[in-house]
Amino acid sequence: MNGMSLFATLVHALGTSTKTNDKLDALVDYFGEASPHDKIWVIALFSGRRPKRAVTSTLLAAWCREKANLSQWLFEECYHTVGDLAETIALLLPEIKRGINPHSLSYYLEKLIDLSQNSEAEKKSFILESWEQLNRQEKFVFNKLITGGFRIGVSQQIMVQALARTVSLETSLIAHRISGKWDPMTTAFEELLGGELASTDDSKPYPFFLSYALEQLPEELGLHEEWQAEWKWDGIRGQLIKRNDKLFVWSRGEELITDKFPEYNALLNILPNGIVIDGEIMPSRDGQPLPFALLQTRIGRKNVTRKQLLEAPVSFFAYDLLEIEGHDIRSFSLSDRRKNLDAIVKSVNHPALLVSRIIDFNNWNDLKILRDRSRENGAEGLMLKRMSSTYQVGRKRGDWWKWKIDPLTIDAVLVYAQKGHGRRSNLYTDYTFAVKDGDKLVTFTKAYSGLTDKEFAQVDAFVKNNSLEKFGPVRTVKPSLVFEIAFEGIAASARHKSGVALRFPRMLRWRHDKNVDEINTLEDLKRMLEIYGK
Amino acid sequence: MNLITFTEAGLFCSLGQFYIDPWKPVDRAVITHAHSDHARYGSKHYLCHTYTKPLLQLRLGEGNYQAIEWGERININDVVMSLHPAGHIIGSSQVRIEYKGEVWVFSGDYKTENDGLSGQFEAIPCHTFITESTFGLPIYKWEKQETIYDEIRKWVTQNMEDGFSSVLLAYSLGKAQRVINALEQNQNIYAHGAICNSQELLINQGWELPSVQRITVDTEKSALKKSIVIAPPSADGSSWMKRFSPFRVGVCSGWMQVRGNVRRRNADAGFVLSDHADWDGLISATAATGAEKVYVTHGFQSAFSRYLNEKGIDAYEVKTAYGQEEEDEGKETKIDTP
Ligand SMILES: [Zn+2]
Ligand SMILES: [Zn+2]
Repeated sequence: MNGMSLFATLVHALGTSTKTNDKLDALVDYFGEASPHDKIWVIALFSGRRPKRAVTSTLLAAWCREKANLSQWLFEECYHTVGDLAETIALLLPEIKRGINPHSLSYYLEKLIDLSQNSEAEKKSFILESWEQLNRQEKFVFNKLITGGFRIGVSQQIMVQALARTVSLETSLIAHRISGKWDPMTTAFEELLGGELASTDDSKPYPFFLSYALEQLPEELGLHEEWQAEWKWDGIRGQLIKRNDKLFVWSRGEELITDKFPEYNALLNILPNGIVIDGEIMPSRDGQPLPFALLQTRIGRKNVTRKQLLEAPVSFFAYDLLEIEGHDIRSFSLSDRRKNLDAIVKSVNHPALLVSRIIDFNNWNDLKILRDRSRENGAEGLMLKRMSSTYQVGRKRGDWWKWKIDPLTIDAVLVYAQKGHGRRSNLYTDYTFAVKDGDKLVTFTKAYSGLTDKEFAQVDAFVKNNSLEKFGPVRTVKPSLVFEIAFEGIAASARHKSGVALRFPRMLRWRHDKNVDEINTLEDLKRMLEIYGK
Repeated sequence: MNLITFTEAGLFCSLGQFYIDPWKPVDRAVITHAHSDHARYGSKHYLCHTYTKPLLQLRLGEGNYQAIEWGERININDVVMSLHPAGHIIGSSQVRIEYKGEVWVFSGDYKTENDGLSGQFEAIPCHTFITESTFGLPIYKWEKQETIYDEIRKWVTQNMEDGFSSVLLAYSLGKAQRVINALEQNQNIYAHGAICNSQELLINQGWELPSVQRITVDTEKSALKKSIVIAPPSADGSSWMKRFSPFRVGVCSGWMQVRGNVRRRNADAGFVLSDHADWDGLISATAATGAEKVYVTHGFQSAFSRYLNEKGIDAYEVKTAYGQEEEDEGKETKIDTP
């Protein structure tokens, strides 16, 4: 099998396998067989380095309708049923008869990259030509390359494991080598994985060490003296790097976001070279954390305005030190790394760089009491880290635990429903909820997750039988199903009718025992805003 | 002249004083096929195709059944009624009604590809055609069944090599027989009780079908290693499945055309095998009847009728209580009582 077909087979295998091991095998097979240049692209795609979008969805849809001779309403009907544009188009276009497709994955990707410079007519001719070269499965993949979002359940971690098996290297080494800034167009597979790039790339971050939620009692972790506690901050996890007189800020999503936070520029001249700090990008004033909602006003904007800098200033709350004087010290114990970190932050002495302070406690019980005060401290709980632990790669159990406080909750009634996407494209699974305001209902949040498949099917049946109105894909539902909505934070919002915006809302449980008269009120929400929304 | 009207109890022919596939108990019911959403319990008299009769008896118990052949013309009160192959499952029939030169046909469920068991669908010229529309969107286009059977065989072989059992979910009446036929070469095909019941009944009726082994509490777990198991969709996720571990699940259904459905079912593989017509099948069948008026029942009735209207055919959507069989296949499942 050649390039594009091989890749389509991989995507299919990844999309249908339900077990991690099968996905891993599929990737290993792929890396064993594909050309080096295609491999580099797969690493890029699966680590979120998709090329810039060359063609809009609107154009793709229009060309497909033209080719398949379909009216717009029928196309849209199909799209609503499938839930994914790339797949809808692949299903609607006539199936081709052909032998082997001569083209590689990189051929299509690089053509697509060039295409962004081209006229609409040139784009159209390339897309139509490609559709005629590709079978249905490949068409889907090709469309996905344009529309983005391979939601096929491959974590970066699985890919790293597969690569590690392919080239016989440690996963931590691979994770480091494929991180950071590199261009699949100009990087060779051997160069990337051989580490040549890592030694020359000043911006290269380390893979983050991530924690699991604590499921047991803290007492079961053993002696409290062996553990370090910190607040769990609700900002953007990041790495601050200075090498060769250049400063870089990476987010956990492997995005280089240096330009978004001009506050950190001040650190360029005072931080020593050869340094990598792990921490949280936090809105904060005078060393005190501010609500995450403030940071949200800055994310997603191209340019930061002076007003935003004044209203939502950020600091870097440092957790850990990974590199000092150009040496990787991730194998040092946490307490040693922390000592070095404290010394550096102290010598820098600048409000843009703070240490995330260590919480003193004498026993686990003390800590429980402190944890209950997380919200007052602007935190969402505690982090527990074993003092002797090394800095590991990815999400691991054992040495780091997050111990979050219980979420805030409110009882609300379902009022609108919309069909989900992907896995749930035929079910009504996206809901809007309302609270009472006098004898009216006011919508205040959407939620999509938290129910079992069985519950979703039950709600779906209810929605279908109790629709009051239909606006496009949205159905207005008779207000009668009550759910307990959990969320992590609440902030004032002028954009929402209710005046509040929730952070991470989800359905905690279906309250079969409650009817619509017993739900919470807008008053209740506003009270929560007053207490927790500052 | 309306030869069929749509009533609370189902499709009704008032000139003939009978219902077709009623969903409430009636005096006289003509039954297109033995699926539970089309053949319901409680009517006083049932008329159906010869092949359907034993299947109805199995499902509904003893009762008053009359069986006729395809093309056999029966006078019922003022009308002439006959049954014609629909190609959906064994015995499945379209219902043709004629009165003073006016002809109406109800398709029941149908598919246009000949599966070798259900008979070849015949388009019956008529003035008014009442069609199903289960897969009435252009995203549903089937591959030839042989292609799908090959996929299934390959998948089963791969599973055996990997040390897994292959659990194939297929509706017990219709698809299960097709899948079993396709896998005939293999020894030891096991089946869920619901499927064995249909299979054994059909074999007793003289159908040349491979026999399958019934899974009971006594079936040795070791015998099930790397085996092929045919089960109804409702068995999915039940504790009954545990005994096959390690196993992989393949769902055989037209709904598997959409990736999201494969994942939602948490299936390891989806095989796009259907006993219903695909989009092209619906269009060609409807066109071949030459009908000037079309009523569209269960499925994507609004889309398909709108499409027909755009093509200059007078089409209307009709709400019926059919479609449960198809729903079961595509959706989350309930626990089965065979
Ligand atoms: Zn049927
Ligand atoms: Zn039906």
